Amino acid sequence: MIMNSKPILLLFVLFSSSIALAQTATQTQPPNTKPDKSHPTTVVDKKPEDAGSRLFRQNCSRCHNAPEGFSPRISDTVLRHMTVRASLSMRDKAELLRFLNP
Amino acid sequence: MDMPGFHLQFRLFTIARSLRLSILTLVAFTFVHSMAAQNTPLLSGGIGFFSATTAGQTTYLPIFEPLLAAPIGPRLFIESRAVLLESFTPNGDGLPGYNHSHFIGLTYLQGDYTLSPHITVVGGSYLIPFNTYNDRLSPIWIGNFQRGPLIASLGTESTGTGTGGMLSGSAISRSKYSLSYNAYFSSLVNNSYFQAKRSAGGRVSLFVPNHGLEVGLSYNRLLQGVRENFYGAHVWWEPANSGFQLRSEFARGHHAQGYWIETAYRTQAFGGFDSIVGRLEPVFRMQQTFRRDNVVSDGLPPANTQIADFGLDYNLPHNTRILTSYSREFATTGNYNIWQTGIVYRFLTPAWKGK
Repeated sequence: MIMNSKPILLLFVLFSSSIALAQTATQTQPPNTKPDKSHPTTVVDKKPEDAGSRLFRQNCSRCHNAPEGFSPRISDTVLRHMTVRASLSMRDKAELLRFLNP
Repeated sequence: MDMPGFHLQFRLFTIARSLRLSILTLVAFTFVHSMAAQNTPLLSGGIGFFSATTAGQTTYLPIFEPLLAAPIGPRLFIESRAVLLESFTPNGDGLPGYNHSHFIGLTYLQGDYTLSPHITVVGGSYLIPFNTYNDRLSPIWIGNFQRGPLIASLGTESTGTGTGGMLSGSAISRSKYSLSYNAYFSSLVNNSYFQAKRSAGGRVSLFVPNHGLEVGLSYNRLLQGVRENFYGAHVWWEPANSGFQLRSEFARGHHAQGYWIETAYRTQAFGGFDSIVGRLEPVFRMQQTFRRDNVVSDGLPPANTQIADFGLDYNLPHNTRILTSYSREFATTGNYNIWQTGIVYRFLTPAWKGK
């Protein structure tokens, strides 16, 4: 029996394309640093993402959803687990520890 | 009592006793060290209830995957994951009712010793780092689908675990890229708790954070019986602040090869990721396997197979996820539908109450 894979591949391409387009459209825009005088708007002063937050997104959220908080008593244990699981560097681990225990 | 039942009960009793002893030993070793803040051993894991209807037959699977992690001093770290499940499958031959069986086992039990900022020595029973699914996506609280990919057994010696030693770490870490590595050797172990084959291999991954891009190569060589090589490659793309994920793997063994590509998306357009709509996560996975010869020794289907998985997950508050999916499997042995639903709760807590 010959398997007909074309419809599935086509579906996959369409699905991926639509998601890629959707994510491009909804990506967070950088704050506008040059206010347009002809159309005055409230400029949202977004704080730049700090190193810990960025590292958390890049290393932890890459595989799994961030847990909704946990006891600070285990923050170092979590990071030591992730150091092996996600091959964190010592510098990143220290930054993440500061992020988890501000 | 019949003998198989007696043996099973005796085995469960032995495992339970071993686990109790291990936990007590860990508690004794770590209690003093953990009095300092942030170092308390943790209990984590997932509790789930899954159902799957394959070709009209529905199975139910309550499952518990606990994870224990305990630091011992500044350099040594012990971690282990286990699985306890009960599987309910319908009686065949038109008979009413369900048959059930249970399984308890250690997934891995390893010690990690931080030798230097770039080298961690791992010893014990560890998850084989071949591609990404086995050691990064297999926990039930992480995977977007109930079922793992078909090629998960390629390069992981079917058991998924090696028993021996491994070096791993971050070789280079810069703001624009990082390079991580794993290199391992596993010896042959026939013990029923830590079954492993004699093998060696490694993985190298390059991560470019600004583009959310990760690419990696894996290699595994079986060093017993017929020596076989396994090659793997993975590509992940997760653009920042987009909610979009693309993960893919390719694996090639001596007798078969295959790939999977998975996409997932969460929108921020309707109030962010934590809004009712933002918690929805449509997922899609395409996978194909191809036999290279007629020797079926690697866990892949005996015939060329392709599966399209369409899923819709919902990320509830309090670390709970609902996973649903419809899959259509195409193979020369027959085509059929697979419907899956499940719920998983992930917990993460200190191993004991503190001050």
